Amino acid sequence: MSKFRNLLIGTTLVTLAASPVMAEKLGLGRAALPEEVAAWNLDVSPDGTGLPEGSGSVLDGEEVFADNCAICHGDFAEGVDNWPKLAGGMDTLNHKDPLKTVGSYWPYLSTAFDYVHRSMPFGSAQTMSADDTYAIVAYILYSNDLVDEDFVLSKDNFLEVEMPNADGFIVDDREEAEKHFWTEPCMENCKPEPVKITMKAAVLDVTPDEED
Amino acid sequence: MTAPVKGPVKGNAPSRRAFLRGTIAAGGALAGATMARAQATPDPLITEVQDWASGLGDGVDATPYGLPIEFESDVIRRNVEWLTADTISSINFTPIHALDGTITPTGCAFERHHSGAIELRKEDYRLMINGMVDQETIFTYEDLERFPRENHTYFLECAANTGMEWAGAQLNGAQFTHGMIHNMEYSGIPLRTLLEEAGLDTAGDLKDKWVYVEGADASSNGRSIPMEKALDDCLIAIKANGEALRKEHGYPVRLVVPGWEGNMWVKWIRRIEVMDGPVESREETSKYTDTLDNGISRKWTWVMDAKSVVTSPSPQMPITHGHGPLVITGMAWSGRGAITRVDVSKDGGMTWETARLAQPGEDKALTRFYLETEWNGEEMFLQSRAMDSTGYVQPTKNMLREVRGENSIYHNNCIQTWWVKPNGEAENVEVS
Repeated sequence: MSKFRNLLIGTTLVTLAASPVMAEKLGLGRAALPEEVAAWNLDVSPDGTGLPEGSGSVLDGEEVFADNCAICHGDFAEGVDNWPKLAGGMDTLNHKDPLKTVGSYWPYLSTAFDYVHRSMPFGSAQTMSADDTYAIVAYILYSNDLVDEDFVLSKDNFLEVEMPNADGFIVDDREEAEKHFWTEPCMENCKPEPVKITMKAAVLDVTPDEED
Repeated sequence: MTAPVKGPVKGNAPSRRAFLRGTIAAGGALAGATMARAQATPDPLITEVQDWASGLGDGVDATPYGLPIEFESDVIRRNVEWLTADTISSINFTPIHALDGTITPTGCAFERHHSGAIELRKEDYRLMINGMVDQETIFTYEDLERFPRENHTYFLECAANTGMEWAGAQLNGAQFTHGMIHNMEYSGIPLRTLLEEAGLDTAGDLKDKWVYVEGADASSNGRSIPMEKALDDCLIAIKANGEALRKEHGYPVRLVVPGWEGNMWVKWIRRIEVMDGPVESREETSKYTDTLDNGISRKWTWVMDAKSVVTSPSPQMPITHGHGPLVITGMAWSGRGAITRVDVSKDGGMTWETARLAQPGEDKALTRFYLETEWNGEEMFLQSRAMDSTGYVQPTKNMLREVRGENSIYHNNCIQTWWVKPNGEAENVEVS
């Protein structure tokens, strides 16, 4: 691209080869109606923006969860087969193979509400009412021992729930923490002695067999 | 008739073993030969008239939309069943070991769905821009076709590519260790154009603004993208490799986020919301965050660092032609810029030689490299090491582990080692 551009510099063709320049708006599209925006603009932010009116209790949540979620996530949010575990795993993040659940890992409760309300249950997304969603989220909190069984989650107390791993994240620091990867690479005698095999994939033998 | 699919993935497919024995035996007869092979008896493929040289082939329209010839039927996407709970929310792998050049043929470009690949007609497609814009706007597919569009080639790599290899060598094949990648030419409208059509005056200072993008499928796969990136090089793509997007790649419209992790390239994109902060959606908190050894996790690790892999020889592509000239090839890419150099080592990183780039590296696109060499049955620990236009050098797995530990799952761009044995077979290993 840049090579072409250099070749064409100084000719009238340069504007044709470069990105199209929009002098002004084309007037395409139409104004979105408030009802349309309301139907799709469902996302919920960490500060609670986007939360609908409503509430749900742990006890109601237990029932809604059993009917809609437990087939994959288990009665106690412990997970079935390879489906995600939503509860447990506290204090495992610095262990080998940490268990990352809503309780042990997710930094914001808004994420759980947003995801359940917009994209769950698997295969029947967008069928949960606001109240049912509050109830499901309350039950997930209860399954993680983060609230008592008489807890009721609502738009009003939503931000009061403390997530254990809220402070467990840092913004991408690769350019600082890994700045030694920007270097002049070694070309000869790069290791003290000839290499030895330290691990083979065939030992684990997890490669999918093509015969099935 | 369709040929049975049996690629030499496990290193124990009987047909390949037999083939290998045959060729090694043949090769033995010309040890050290640098000239053409001697032939004792005339080759019947030449001396006898073959069917294809006498009869007729297929007419036009035999396949109005063509597929590869049956002899290539093993060059297909494959998945790893134990990785995910089902195939609806799952991933498969591009057969990179068998491809050459840089453009990934669309039909074997890997798929990753969170709620399955949906069927959405162009007529039913709507794109909403809402939030902090001057006019919340709806575009149809026809509207999109009337905006000026651009053509760009970019790689898309899933952040989890090579993710199974953190704790040790696991999967025996470049397709499975590095196949969550494809490289296509996109035709699309700059995201900037559409945002400016809706008007950004309302948003005020754009420096701290974000766009939230989501798809029309059940997963929605919502992601937050800083406004700076949205206005820089993101595309609303309506074509890939010259044709309509495939269903599995987001037909009719997908987002292209050059150089950044594939999860952000929202398929079936239906909404773009201008916001004053990130949503911190499921896909950018519980997933696609990288947990370090101390339990703290990096978030917003969007850029895909420079990476490369030798695609042949590799476990699925053993050396079957005996001793003598050997072409080592592979691919390299960087989300930070263009590939400027690829080095290859045959001894596990002790010594390196610079490979030949087939074309000068392009910004955020795949680069093909070749190393033409001589192989006489010696054991090799084949590695490749990419460098990009920012001066970044692809690290070893141990260098990554020293910074990150083994629990990151995502963004494993380590140097890969293939152990090529004297019989030409290759295996995924780690070396000291």
